[in-house]
Amino acid sequence: MNVLEPLVHALVNTVFDVLPIAAILLGFQLVVLRRPIPQLKRTLIGFGYVLMGLALFLAGLEKVLFPIGRLMAKSLTDPAFLGTAAATWRDYGWVYAFAAAIGFATTVAEPALIAVSIKASEVSGGTITVWGLRTAVAIGVAIGIALGAFRIVTGTPLHWYIIAGYVVVIIQTFFAPRMIIPLAYDSGGVTTSTVTVPLVAALGLGLATNVPGRSPLIDGFGLIAFASLFPVMSVMGYAQLGEWRTRRATRARLARAMQD
Amino acid sequence: MRAAMMQLLRDLLRTLRDSVRDLMPIALVVAFFQSFVVRAPLPDLGGLIAGALLVVVGLTLFVRGLEMGLFPIGETMAYGFARKGSVTWLLLFGFALGFGTTIAEPALIAVADEAAAVAAQGQAISTSEAAQRSYAYGLRLTVALSVGAAVVLGVVRILKGWPIQWFIMVGYLLVVAMTAIAPPEIIGIAYDSGGVTTSTVTVPLVTALGVGLAQSIRGRNPLLDGFGLIAFASLTPMIFVMAYGMLIG
Repeated sequence: MNVLEPLVHALVNTVFDVLPIAAILLGFQLVVLRRPIPQLKRTLIGFGYVLMGLALFLAGLEKVLFPIGRLMAKSLTDPAFLGTAAATWRDYGWVYAFAAAIGFATTVAEPALIAVSIKASEVSGGTITVWGLRTAVAIGVAIGIALGAFRIVTGTPLHWYIIAGYVVVIIQTFFAPRMIIPLAYDSGGVTTSTVTVPLVAALGLGLATNVPGRSPLIDGFGLIAFASLFPVMSVMGYAQLGEWRTRRATRARLARAMQD
Repeated sequence: MRAAMMQLLRDLLRTLRDSVRDLMPIALVVAFFQSFVVRAPLPDLGGLIAGALLVVVGLTLFVRGLEMGLFPIGETMAYGFARKGSVTWLLLFGFALGFGTTIAEPALIAVADEAAAVAAQGQAISTSEAAQRSYAYGLRLTVALSVGAAVVLGVVRILKGWPIQWFIMVGYLLVVAMTAIAPPEIIGIAYDSGGVTTSTVTVPLVTALGVGLAQSIRGRNPLLDGFGLIAFASLTPMIFVMAYGMLIG
């Protein structure tokens, strides 16, 4: 009974969540384009899947992703685990390590990122490789979330980090290959998946709750902001590196040709 | 009929494999830290496994359902509106698409609820369930409006062929300016909402609109002009949510 009740509750809420997009698409199709819905039965079955799926996902979220984020934050900041009651930011090494590991692991397997990497490698004519780009973005997210955890531990203001990041992004924009710029800007948004976001959000809130002197409201958010800013830098940085290596190789070849 | 059932089952299994692959890295990292660093068993392991099953099955059905129904219609329409029809309808459709997909975004629902709970704990809003629900819903509406606006702006940019970096820089400046005047407790949530909005539902449909549009206009490069809608959609929520914080604060 107590398993079914939240599920039914979630299902009812889900209808209101999915209704707008269904109404918009069907409305435009029927009223503006005046075309019938292709494969109506299939579409309706799909709609049923979406409702069920979202309800199950949201119910599961409360049982696994939020608790795991909170639990890891709690156990890694426990004074007994740290071995000291008056911990400074240096004592939280495992927190940063966990943040970086979660960031790297969830990003490197992200399907959206794989698709973008394949496209980027085609366009760049091979100076950007699929694996190189995936690693670059994953390292970007890892550094981002680890730095975000450091910020929560130290309680320093979020906006200074983000503004500094913006300055770096703007400077890089002037030097990065022109083709990569829209892709790099987009890569910030696509790396944070539906599974990663709740876990990382709970991790940040858990850290802010457990580290002495931090408030969840002021310090708890911001990890996702870090995770979406750093890949922009790492993608442009990787493209710059690729361009630089190509140029150096060309110059070396030219020099050799001159000597001959 | 049997062949159709088998096909359906195969598709579901494929999507299931993708969902497991999404969750696997998290399970591995958490298992590693629990066994070698914290050296403690996970409390309520049964509950966690049950939850993980719900998440995997839920995500599988959700994505499969989108692929069966909404994505094909949405993509055909995005291409259709991009290729012909008036600019007014194109912009209206862009706004509706951004708004509708964001309201249905699971990650945003999750984070908005969490943000409401935190705001209630911190006494920024009343602790009653109704107040929390209206705060979370207001947050989601704000983000959805901002994504709708972002798609409209992005479509205009693609139509005109303006370079993306100027828009991003102006956006950054607006974020910085808003940060200076917004109440401090909204800033973290606002900054996060940029990354949260763009996932399962929004990215495929919005990208289809951008790439379709860039392909249908002569002299536009799909890569240079087609991408960038997502970047707009992850920048405007920051500005709009800070404005929301100022309004209710």
